[in-house]
Amino acid sequence: MSTVILLALTGLGLAALYFLVASGLSLVFGLADVLNFAHGLFLGVGAYATWWAAGNLPGAGPGGFGFVVAVAFGVLAGALVAVLVELVLIRPLYSRTIEQVLVTVGLSLAGVALLQATWGADPRPFPRPAWTREVTSILGANVPNAGLLLIIAAVLVLGGLLAFLRFTRYGLIIRAGVENREMVTALGIDVRKAFTLVFAIGGAAAALAGALGGVYFGTVSPGQGGSLLIFAFIVVVIGGMGSVVGSAYAAVAVGLLQQFVNYYGTSGLGDLCVVGLLAVVLLLRPQGLAGKVAHA
Amino acid sequence: MSEPVLSVENLSVRIAGLHILQGVSFEVAPTGVTVLLGRNGVGKTTTLRAIVGLTPRNGEVRGTIRMGARSLLARPTHRLVRDGLGYVPEDRCVFAGLTVAENLRLAERRGTTPAYDKVFALFPELDRRGRQRAGSLSGGQQQMLAIGRVLLNDNRLLLIDEPTKGLAPKVVTEVAEVLERVAESVPVLLVEQNLAVVRRLARDAVVLSTGKVAWTGDAQELLLETALTKSLLGVGSEVAESARSESGPRAAQSRTKDGIA
Repeated sequence: MSTVILLALTGLGLAALYFLVASGLSLVFGLADVLNFAHGLFLGVGAYATWWAAGNLPGAGPGGFGFVVAVAFGVLAGALVAVLVELVLIRPLYSRTIEQVLVTVGLSLAGVALLQATWGADPRPFPRPAWTREVTSILGANVPNAGLLLIIAAVLVLGGLLAFLRFTRYGLIIRAGVENREMVTALGIDVRKAFTLVFAIGGAAAALAGALGGVYFGTVSPGQGGSLLIFAFIVVVIGGMGSVVGSAYAAVAVGLLQQFVNYYGTSGLGDLCVVGLLAVVLLLRPQGLAGKVAHA
Repeated sequence: MSEPVLSVENLSVRIAGLHILQGVSFEVAPTGVTVLLGRNGVGKTTTLRAIVGLTPRNGEVRGTIRMGARSLLARPTHRLVRDGLGYVPEDRCVFAGLTVAENLRLAERRGTTPAYDKVFALFPELDRRGRQRAGSLSGGQQQMLAIGRVLLNDNRLLLIDEPTKGLAPKVVTEVAEVLERVAESVPVLLVEQNLAVVRRLARDAVVLSTGKVAWTGDAQELLLETALTKSLLGVGSEVAESARSESGPRAAQSRTKDGIA
């Protein structure tokens, strides 16, 4: 029994990581029709900025409130880079899908190369509070605190995003824009501001995933964003483009499936099953679990 | 004639290699309803979308479109709308996942007071159904929401694309009544296929044929001329007969007739 609980909670921890990356990706695609292959870069920027801040930024550090400051710095850096990417590279290319893909793939590769050139290709130990290395006993299972931290963060981000989408004017614009961007413009709204905002939100969430992923894995490496991005894309497709709630459901399904199959089957079989799940969803429900509607 | 609220000169639109509009010119009077007529696929919707700046990115627009002294081409859609160009698209385009109240709230503009009283006076049902998702409304209710959304703000001109398309006859009458009241306070450029609605609402008509203006003039007179109506719009003589019996002296107010292209 304790094994099942451990697998379930570590699976949810993984799901939380996927959700943090996928939620922004999903909103960006749903609203702006941009397939952003550079989204993993925001995760890398968040992770490295947090890592750098913990060692160098005054007031920041690897433990206590200093760690919160370091993570906040990382999240801010991720959001800032995302906004710059949207304004400088994506904005001139709206409705030019092929060019967008080329630019974002190129940026992703260049970003990883830049991180490697600056801090090396080898994984670096991630500064993290001591309690995140410990475990908490839940119904007989010793669950890593880092995983629980990820789950709590993802739930807070989900709640925050839903509240934002439901109760704010920009949330309303985003929900409407996911359905019909052109009609939002035809109501006199400059939808490009919402694009920038969505990129900022997505960048911040991915950067948070980078920082907390560093805590979870214990290291940070330049290619971390890219490998997580693959599963984030799968989550977005299964959940439905533009749906935050759909992404949350899909992330839980993918995380749990991966964890359980990898444990009870052979290592790596879980990844294969995730791809199988993606194929089944695409065949039976091509619009994903929640379709192209940004549900609040 | 007083200054037109909108003038379109030599408008050409090419989309994906197709020359959809070929030098279209017409004016919209500052009062009443000007109706844009023509068979399917002649470029009526393309004309409205070009005016409001919604030609697809792979399209090319040439010519001149002016609202008053201001040129509209090259201005982004949201600015045109804020300048007073209200647009109700074909097929309503309400946001199905949002509630009626949210659809209306989305149309509110910062710094202005939304005219909810006016909208709810025209469409009391929208007030009652504020919490209902727009996607679950009937076609007629969705059309009322689409029109109500635009009427929340002051407009200098309304562009309305086939508001009665796909609606039940009773609802068509209701929509026509509302448009009649709306047109008392703001000029309307209307695309409409239902000639009974045209007969009821329109003062001026512009008929398009294969991307060109085939006829402009008094709408009532057009409907009285059986041969012309049939050749331009492809409808039978019963429409013209019906129009003749109802329109009376307005038919004499002919202004321009450019001949059939």
